[in-house]
Amino acid sequence: MEREKVIVELKNVNKVYGGSNHVVRDLNLEVYEGEFLTLLGSSGCGKTTTLRMIAGFEEPTGGTITVEGESVSEKEPFERDVNTVFQSYALFPHMTVFDNVAYGLRMKKTAKGEIKERVMHMLELVQLGGFERRYPSQLSGGQKQRVAIARALINRPKVLLLDEPLGALDLKLRKQMQMELKRLQRKLNITFIYVTHDQEEALTMSDRIAIMNEGVLEQVGTPTEIYEAPATRFVATFIGETNLFEGCVKETSAHHVSVVVESGELRCRAQGFEKGEMVAISVRPERMKYSAEPVEGYSVRARVKETVYVGSVLKAIVVLPNGNEIKIERLAGQKLPPDGEVYIYWDNGDGKLLHLMDQVFYRTIESVKLA
Amino acid sequence: MKRNTRAAAGRGVGILYCTLIYLFLFLPITVVVSNSFNASTSKPYLTWKGFTLAWYGRIFENGPLLESFGNTILLAVISTLLATVVGTLAAVGMYRYKFRGKSAIDALLYIPVVIPEIVLGISLLTLFANVRIQRGMISLILAHTTFSIPYVIFNVRARLDGYDSSIEEASMDLGAGRLQTFLHITLPVLAPGIGGGALLAFTLSLDDVIVSYFTNGQTMTFPLKVWASIKSGVAPDVNALSTLILLGTIALVVLTQSGIVKKKRG
Repeated sequence: MEREKVIVELKNVNKVYGGSNHVVRDLNLEVYEGEFLTLLGSSGCGKTTTLRMIAGFEEPTGGTITVEGESVSEKEPFERDVNTVFQSYALFPHMTVFDNVAYGLRMKKTAKGEIKERVMHMLELVQLGGFERRYPSQLSGGQKQRVAIARALINRPKVLLLDEPLGALDLKLRKQMQMELKRLQRKLNITFIYVTHDQEEALTMSDRIAIMNEGVLEQVGTPTEIYEAPATRFVATFIGETNLFEGCVKETSAHHVSVVVESGELRCRAQGFEKGEMVAISVRPERMKYSAEPVEGYSVRARVKETVYVGSVLKAIVVLPNGNEIKIERLAGQKLPPDGEVYIYWDNGDGKLLHLMDQVFYRTIESVKLA
Repeated sequence: MKRNTRAAAGRGVGILYCTLIYLFLFLPITVVVSNSFNASTSKPYLTWKGFTLAWYGRIFENGPLLESFGNTILLAVISTLLATVVGTLAAVGMYRYKFRGKSAIDALLYIPVVIPEIVLGISLLTLFANVRIQRGMISLILAHTTFSIPYVIFNVRARLDGYDSSIEEASMDLGAGRLQTFLHITLPVLAPGIGGGALLAFTLSLDDVIVSYFTNGQTMTFPLKVWASIKSGVAPDVNALSTLILLGTIALVVLTQSGIVKKKRG
């Protein structure tokens, strides 16, 4: 996607609870106008805290957050031009669907006629026409979700924040709502910042994904970039399945790096690595190739342990001499290696070289107090 | 065959049992109600001499009785208002904020509830005497507010147990300030708890004898009036007024119940 105007910017944002619980660390992130950005990570990685800081429910311990170039640090939640869809929906139980959606307009002292028109239009948009007299307790989970979205969109915010909005729905409904949210976002052309721990959801819906781990932003990129070119070991293992070969850099040339691993020596197309550095090579199971004969420069000897049929894909697990298991995946109809000995290899560009000593590692080292 | 008779017998015993329980509960009340229609004019007004509505008319001629009733209502309304405001704010505050000694304060709330009323009465009397508060309506209001507050807090807190505070964040997110959020969201959602607490406080104040006895000074309330007249047998006009109060209470309960049911159904 083309580089557009930055609408939300986080600069060196930190959040520390109780003096020692560091939930967000030096976060730098630019969100572009009109994009669908997902904050992805497992629970406790700081993604929800980040969202709440943008909304104004939490105050950053350090750093600045700007919306449309203007710092929002001094602004209360009700003064910010962003709206939130809460994980628990947070519908007002004592108000009808109509009153829930109209709430934002009433707070802005909008004229009655206009309120009615805009609320009805919004309810049509989220396919809840005819539900305006119901109370939240009379709605299903999916319908509540739609009310929450309509309510958050009624004030035409510049940015919509969504905190795991589909978490409570069953799988089928979740898939359907994913498509609908995406459709809404395109139609209204509003920037969405979406928090989820579901990688599939992130990959299908987002223009860009920001992956967080233990409060650190690991990588920001399009779904393809994240999957095809993971920047860190965490990203490689968190998104999809991968095979990792850990080793040590033996030699570097202009475009290539030689890595010594337990099973032999491997070459990778990579730059920016130092001799002696601990690294890992990540190869996706569907990129893994095999051959009966050794292939110059990349081959590792292995023994086929088992093959599994999973409907649309076939999987094989092969074991390296050191006991590590490697996954190979093929679409149904393609071939898997026969039982016995094989040599595994991959195309030059398919092995991604990763720094093994990532930020989390260095932080762990730093936090160990020397006696 | 045998089994059927045994079942029938069991049912009979059950019905008898329930009847006795209900008799036990309601017989005293029916005595008061029926005596309010008793035409008997001689003490102790207990033998049935025919039906009359005269006592109901007599209420309005009995100045001191009417005055005591007025005092009771005034006292109940003001102390309920005070206890409801203080209790609601206390419950919300204790729900929202963490502070040192919170659990101790929590436990202390139960003391006015479990303490024997007579001890509370003496304590209040001593306190009022020490700080030189005149015994009268003011001291009554203070005393009734004191024993009502915990009941309001408990009721509001029960409501807060299932309360999702993210609706307040949602309200602020949509442009409402803190006060607006409290008025439009917090208060209406807690309303059933607040209403329940207020109703409880009102009924507690309405029929209180012991605490009032210690703190009333010259001011007469209706329960105190009844208590004072007991030696000469309860006068039929007191029975009549009691019946009216009973009716009022039942009406109040029915109204709030139907109100709550309507709210739930939406």
